[in-house]
Amino acid sequence: MDVNLVPLLPAAQVLLAALVVMLLDLFFAEHEKPLLAWISIFGLALCAVDAVLLWGSREGTFADTFLLDNFSLFFTQLFVAAAILTVLSSVRYVREAGIHEGEYYSLILFATAGMIVMAAANDLIVFFLGLETMSVAVYVLTGIWRSSARSSEAAMKYFLMGSFATGFLLYGIALIYGATGTTNLTEIAAYLLEPQEQWPRYLSVGGLLLLVGFAFKVGAVPFHFWIPDVYEGAPTPVTGFMSVAVKAAAFAAWARILMHQLSPLDSDWAYAVRVLAIATMTLGNLLAISQSSVKRMLAYSSIAHAGYILIGIVAGEEWGSTSVLFYLATYVPVTFGAFAVITALTERDRPKEEYGHFAGLGFKRPFLAMAMTFFMLSLAGFPPLAGFTGKFHIFRSAIAAGYTDLAIIGVLNSLLSLIYYLRVIVMMYMSEGGVQGKSLAESPSLYVAVALATVATIYLGILPTRAVEWSRIAYSTLF
Amino acid sequence: MFRLPGDISLLLLLPLIGAFVLLLIPRQQRQTLLTLALLSSIAAFIWSLRLFQAFDPAAGEMQFVERIPWMPAFGIGYIVGIDGISLFLVLLTTFLMPLAIVASWTVQDKIKEYLFFMLVLETGMLGAFVALDLFLFYVFWEVMLVPMYFLIGVWGGTRRIYAALKFVIYTMAGSLPMLVAIIYLASRYAHVNQVMTFDLLQLYNLRLPVNEQIWLFLAFGLSFAIKVPLFPFHTWLPDAHVEAPTAGSVILAGVLLKMGTYGFLRFAMPLFPAAALVLTPVIVALAVIGIIYGASVAMMQPDLKKLVAYSSVSHLGFVMLGLFALNIQGIQGGIYQMVSHGLSTGALFLLVGMLYDRRHTRMIADFGGLWHQLPVFSVLFLIVTFASIGLPGLNGFIGEFLILLGAFSAKPGWTAAAATGVILGAIYMLWMFRRVFFGPMIHPENGKLTDLNRRELLILAPVIALIIIMGIYPQPFLSRMKPSVDVTLQRILGSQTAPVATNHATSPEINSDGR
Repeated sequence: MDVNLVPLLPAAQVLLAALVVMLLDLFFAEHEKPLLAWISIFGLALCAVDAVLLWGSREGTFADTFLLDNFSLFFTQLFVAAAILTVLSSVRYVREAGIHEGEYYSLILFATAGMIVMAAANDLIVFFLGLETMSVAVYVLTGIWRSSARSSEAAMKYFLMGSFATGFLLYGIALIYGATGTTNLTEIAAYLLEPQEQWPRYLSVGGLLLLVGFAFKVGAVPFHFWIPDVYEGAPTPVTGFMSVAVKAAAFAAWARILMHQLSPLDSDWAYAVRVLAIATMTLGNLLAISQSSVKRMLAYSSIAHAGYILIGIVAGEEWGSTSVLFYLATYVPVTFGAFAVITALTERDRPKEEYGHFAGLGFKRPFLAMAMTFFMLSLAGFPPLAGFTGKFHIFRSAIAAGYTDLAIIGVLNSLLSLIYYLRVIVMMYMSEGGVQGKSLAESPSLYVAVALATVATIYLGILPTRAVEWSRIAYSTLF
Repeated sequence: MFRLPGDISLLLLLPLIGAFVLLLIPRQQRQTLLTLALLSSIAAFIWSLRLFQAFDPAAGEMQFVERIPWMPAFGIGYIVGIDGISLFLVLLTTFLMPLAIVASWTVQDKIKEYLFFMLVLETGMLGAFVALDLFLFYVFWEVMLVPMYFLIGVWGGTRRIYAALKFVIYTMAGSLPMLVAIIYLASRYAHVNQVMTFDLLQLYNLRLPVNEQIWLFLAFGLSFAIKVPLFPFHTWLPDAHVEAPTAGSVILAGVLLKMGTYGFLRFAMPLFPAAALVLTPVIVALAVIGIIYGASVAMMQPDLKKLVAYSSVSHLGFVMLGLFALNIQGIQGGIYQMVSHGLSTGALFLLVGMLYDRRHTRMIADFGGLWHQLPVFSVLFLIVTFASIGLPGLNGFIGEFLILLGAFSAKPGWTAAAATGVILGAIYMLWMFRRVFFGPMIHPENGKLTDLNRRELLILAPVIALIIIMGIYPQPFLSRMKPSVDVTLQRILGSQTAPVATNHATSPEINSDGR
């Protein structure tokens, strides 16, 4: 059999880098281990270069179960960007926390490869393969700080809840397979063109189970319960990685599978997604207000942002989908940046995440505080920052599609979110006191990560045109 | 690809460049920081004077227009321009900013960040006044919120965090529905014309059904009404004013509040004229309630800054009354009153700030008998008090007179009620003046107060000069406003009720026969 291997290139490169890191780990002396980070970055950067060079191509492999198109390349770039930022901000952190570096970096790379497979999968089984590769790696990453009880607890919770969700997904896949006789999405889509009366009843049940599985992975209310605990317990760079890359991967699969290939099943869940969107935004924001830990607040805020993205999914069509992709692109630097700042403030003896620890930061660590201000204002949706342009496109597509009510609920939620985002700024600039001890994780590379995220936050806010255009092209190649 | 910034872009850039240069200077060099900030704000002022000079007084349309595509796929562009309405608000902004910076000479703490925020604020305000693209306008509208938030929150009084948060939440509660309305409007335009645009001048031509207009007007109007502030949306204002540092109060009262009235005149009314006509009675009623309520509450304030803050509620009520008189005198008076309120209230806040610097209190009860102790200060305070009351010969008179004139022909009953606000205004201002400056000196601490120094005189002299000039020679101002007001009025009322007076000179006396 002749197999076209080109489409596998980006994923394979990341996998290869993961294996190389794992192997070299055995031969490196303790003081050489930070080099592994740079090898990981090199592998990821190669993948990014490939993704740029392959942009515009459209090839399938393994009987078209794996597609290399602009859509998967767009998300590959997002995942790689998130992974690079994660590695950059981890260099010192993992060393000081006593985490095994070889395992840590290779797991990040494995997870990234899994995500790339998820975004490129045109077959439910291949998608599942990618999902599990990613999930298992992230379960382990969550618990990798073995001396921290929080970390282990979070990993356990994540694993149990995640497996449960996987069960839903698998059951849904099984039912869809039972109804259509195939797991290939193109063939399923062809089947769904037949009149609805001929579908077996359980086909829509299968679709709904898939929806539940996805809702769980993106952390939509009422399937969000794992998020706060897991985000809070995981080592902070891993939390950042999870909140941006894992979420983006889940939305990528959601866009390709539910929004695109299975769209004829829409009638069964369109209303459900609307309810999910409203509940997710509102509950996420309300719960975020009452948090006393910034890290936990960001966990709830990531739930709220999943809700905004769901508005784009409800709006659908060309611009709704484009806005989802673009929103994810803006969400990556902003949210990751916020977690990177928290990483920078980590101290050995105390988890440095309470609001009080940010007191007076503005004049003691001006750079970090300024970056954090940008991230908070961007998350709150202030122009001209990335978060604003992202929200603008989401709301615009919703209004154009006739969902003005959703847009209004969305902006009211933005108003709610001001309360807790501004609290961070109040602490940093308007409160005195707050003792900052010696940071565990501060390193030049972490500062580079924060600076990159800040630049991206501003750039995507002022000049979003190109990124929006890429998002549009990426989505339109699905057709 | 690269092009030189246009006239207006340069105006927007001057303070912003200053702000970023400031960041490069070490914080120990206090004097350099202050001088640099002052120079860049003066540069902006001089450049705005050049615009004033190059401005064609006979044209009612936008001038110095610049158009650069920004997000062409959505019809979003960087479009800026100035007409006779925004010209004076731009000048007011650039005029007050250097004074506010000189008034900040006494700020000790974190001066670098303070000046940075002041200059960014200036760009934000100027941008909001010149933006002719709704998206761009929204961006500037929000951009100016953040520096003000910091100015109140970091350099404010004891309850500064509460006041700053209240300010932001109130403003955002208004502006977020406006964002939805802006997008909705652009989508409707796209629906009709198959192409999306946020260009204000294009959107003016869109005529929507009345019920849709009402919703959109309410969404825009809420945002502007909070900023004005129109009764009952005014409760953020006293808190923000009392807690803000002196320069913050000056800018807040002098310029930011005008954002609201300007927004009505530039956006809400001409974009949704049918809704404006339907809702006029409601707004006029709220404006008149605000006039009387603001004046009555001001009368009872023990705190000077709070008194001035509530007097702003009252004065801005007059502006709203004038705008919604929907005739040439009313609107001209409204604009004139915006500028003169900016000057006189700005000056009042400066004076109160100077008093506070000396005595560290703003309570009226802590003063008394300052007339002999501080002769220069007292005389200047008296002039500004008269300006605020609307004494003929000073700037406040022209605006109030035109407003009442215009409003009387449209809404005589409400105007009669509003006119009591003038009397109430005289009562609370003069009563305050009497308690602070006359009578015996009860508190011995006041005996040690020193009169104004050179820096303070330097701040006040230009304002007071302008107060007098605007009071006795309004012609250059009114004549430049007139064509643009005509155009705007035409948009609001449509062609069937076009304003009569087109070539008359525009002094109030002649204009009174305008209808």
